[in-house]
Amino acid sequence: MSDLEPGRTADIILETRGLTKHYGGVHALEDANFVLRKGEHIAIVGDNGAGKSTFVRQITGVEQRTRGDIIFDGGSVNFAGPLEAREAGIETVFQTLALADDLDVPDNIFLGREMTKWNWLGPFRLLDYKAMREATIEGLNKTAVKIPNIRNTIKNMSGGQRQCVAIARTASFFSKLTIMDEPTAALGVQETAQVETIIKALKEAGEPLILISHNMRQVFDLVDRIIVFRRGRICANLNHQDTDPQDVVAYITGAKTGKEYEATAL
Amino acid sequence: MAETSHGTGGLTFDKSKRSWPSELNILLALIIIIVVFEIIGQTAPYMRGQSFLFDTKDRFDSIFNEARLKIIILQVAIIGIIALGVTQVIITAGIDLSSGPLVAATAMIAMSFAQTELVNGYPNPKAVFGVWAMDLPVIIPVVAGLLFGAMIGAINGTFIAVFRIPPFIATLGMFLICRGIALWWSGGNPISFPTEQYAFIGSGMMPVVWFVVLAVIFQLIMSYTVYGKHTYAIGSNEEAARMSGINVKRHKIRVYMVASTLAAFAGIVLSSKAVTAQAGMGEFYELFAIAMAVIGGISLTGGRGSIVGTVLGAMVIGVIRSGFTYVKLDGSYQVMAMGGIIIAAVVLDQWRQKRAAAK
Repeated sequence: MSDLEPGRTADIILETRGLTKHYGGVHALEDANFVLRKGEHIAIVGDNGAGKSTFVRQITGVEQRTRGDIIFDGGSVNFAGPLEAREAGIETVFQTLALADDLDVPDNIFLGREMTKWNWLGPFRLLDYKAMREATIEGLNKTAVKIPNIRNTIKNMSGGQRQCVAIARTASFFSKLTIMDEPTAALGVQETAQVETIIKALKEAGEPLILISHNMRQVFDLVDRIIVFRRGRICANLNHQDTDPQDVVAYITGAKTGKEYEATAL
Repeated sequence: MAETSHGTGGLTFDKSKRSWPSELNILLALIIIIVVFEIIGQTAPYMRGQSFLFDTKDRFDSIFNEARLKIIILQVAIIGIIALGVTQVIITAGIDLSSGPLVAATAMIAMSFAQTELVNGYPNPKAVFGVWAMDLPVIIPVVAGLLFGAMIGAINGTFIAVFRIPPFIATLGMFLICRGIALWWSGGNPISFPTEQYAFIGSGMMPVVWFVVLAVIFQLIMSYTVYGKHTYAIGSNEEAARMSGINVKRHKIRVYMVASTLAAFAGIVLSSKAVTAQAGMGEFYELFAIAMAVIGGISLTGGRGSIVGTVLGAMVIGVIRSGFTYVKLDGSYQVMAMGGIIIAAVVLDQWRQKRAAAK
């Protein structure tokens, strides 16, 4: 529905039209119209059960939507699973981290897409450890993540370091869109700062991001635009400079509703 | 590098921070066991000062008791070949109980294509097939045996990965099926008189040669190839492996195929060494192979361990077997001690894991 901002469709990396998800009788997500432009960082906020994670799960193919369209990178998409979404260029950091505990940092970052040589050997092709290690160090330097020893197994790392590895994995590959679902919910102050540094680095690199967060300070520090979800519907679309934390809370709790959503929001 | 050791920054890897490889612990245990037998040999009055591993006959050309060393490694080599495959299965957090009977079934099948037509000028009394299957080139029985193994592995892997049957159950079923195939193949009769070429495969120290060569190959594969990395990844966190784009089903089938093909090869070597194939061969081999892996530090929950560890585990079992004979203790004690060592190995490993986690 390019009528949200006519004439700027070439700029749009992700758009949803009437995206809806019902779990039986529960309307978890209702008629979400959403636009994300290239290079833009947006936050999705809302109470528990407002439909934020449901929204993300439809986009990344973790679940199949009830109805509506998803247009990604100029074409309508139907991801059968998270893998297809990743292959199309959507990198997601899930709340449950998908890391292999017994492997080290480069192994995890390149899991499933290893750099190899002697490819004629098929499944027994050789791993290019040196290249992967160098790319990892380069990637971590770029994101300013500090991990004392990348040869250490994930098992021996703190929660923050694990989260950083999971995020560095996303950041190490050129992706068209990055989605993070509450990346700092379980982290301490320093670790949160590290994750935020990575997000800022993504912004500088011009990679678009959808951030789900409960942390107002973080949201206002990091993103350009804030989308508020309430009871399965989008109820506000706010520019960072036109709003403040109290205002956003008012939208979350239902004290206020965005003008363009007054007809539909509950 | 000063920064690095404080863990505050720097991204180059710090060798001093790499953890002590668990294989060294097994090597240490192996040395301790050897020393214990050596001490018993020197001090127990009935042993009359014999040495366990060293040459005591004052020959100039040898330091070690080569005959005993050869026996130690020879008696674990064939089961060791099975253990190389079982190790990979256990690293994926699976288990393979079917390898012992698979050894017997493969021995029967391969041997029946490896017979000579004439024994001392008379027709082969154990012939399974007609003249067409006699005096075939050695490649035919070997390939037939390996293909049979690969097929059994593919069936195991398919039931486990695609139909989600627990590995214990799927391979327990295959355990019985393979034993049945071994009995059915020649109606329970032994198959004997192989060609010279076939008899060479397992003659003399050849089983050790195969074991060492295959161990080196698979250690390299597990450490340096995509196959190895995905095997560890699946055992470590199957869900993460799937999310990362690894085709977990296909990979698991591959691992079970590799394991069963190795077990089939062990069956070929065993029948060649014994110059006969019998349906009852390979009894308890699957359990000894699992024991080698477990003593060698392969975690039954998956993700951890190495081929080197399994080779050391095989050596521990070899040394204990040989050592008990050396100190003239009855075979029954041997079996009991082996059981104790398997349990001790797992207890020690868990204790080590807990301590590492607490650090």
